[in-house]
Amino acid sequence: MARVVVDVMPKPEILDPQGKAVLGALPRLGFDLVTDVRQGKRFELQVDGEITDAVLAEIEKVAGTLLSNPVIEDFEVHVEEHSVAEVAHEAGRA
Amino acid sequence: MKVGVVTFPGSLDDVDARRAVTIGGNEAVALWHGDDDLRGVDAVVLPGGFSYGDYLRCGAISRFAPVMTSVVEAAGKGMPVLGICNGFQILCESHLLPGALIRNDHRKFVCRDQRLRIERVDTPWTSAYAAGAEVTIVLKNGEGGFVADEPTLDLLEGEGRVVARYLDDNPNGSLRDIAGISNERGNVVGLMPHPEHAVEDLTGPGTDGLGFFTSLVEKAFA
Repeated sequence: MARVVVDVMPKPEILDPQGKAVLGALPRLGFDLVTDVRQGKRFELQVDGEITDAVLAEIEKVAGTLLSNPVIEDFEVHVEEHSVAEVAHEAGRA
Repeated sequence: MKVGVVTFPGSLDDVDARRAVTIGGNEAVALWHGDDDLRGVDAVVLPGGFSYGDYLRCGAISRFAPVMTSVVEAAGKGMPVLGICNGFQILCESHLLPGALIRNDHRKFVCRDQRLRIERVDTPWTSAYAAGAEVTIVLKNGEGGFVADEPTLDLLEGEGRVVARYLDDNPNGSLRDIAGISNERGNVVGLMPHPEHAVEDLTGPGTDGLGFFTSLVEKAFA
């Protein structure tokens, strides 16, 4: 089983009210280093078998058709062995 | 005319929309999202609500419902289609209308009586209004901010495709105060405020929304 990750982010010129809300909360918590926050989505997709160019081409289509709206969002597809949950587990955070 | 109103899982205003269709002098036909049969209707309303719980993006999953394949095809042939609120979001996700609707710039849900100016009156949904008519219609949305790139906005303005514009106070950060737009032909209209909640004196701010539902009749007898 292989894993492909699709990251979706609001385009730079699109207002991101959620990111703004998170940014606004940080100073209240004493976090002063962060100067901007943009909130997006991460999709972890599992596929059977090897990740070939054909698989990646299909995932690109999935990302452009359903996972993102090209009017307001950009996406990026990459292969990643571990899910966020697995990495967190390794690091002893979960 | 027979006007179909689609119910998606999570639609809220389908019953009000059917009622408004009837009060407007047309026959309301209930349509189901999972059925690609439009049951011989002459026009379609996509009502407001939170179809599929607004998961992923508002309207993103509804766009792929079986009924939408038929609606997109019929719209291409000129069938009148009105998308209200969540319906407007579905029309944008379906690419029947340009642009997209994002979270309100102030991040709060808005529910209020909203003044609007009706600017395009040659559509099958707005022909009952005088050009420039100022009306008050209920507005309720959390993700009603209309956005599109500058060339698209210029195109919409240049071709007179802004159907309605917010007056007084922009409630959600919509670019150029846009409350509703149409496709080039004018048969497909998307509107963020809810005319179906403004068709009777007993409830709502008045009957200013009725024109969206009587326009079809006037067109039929024109």
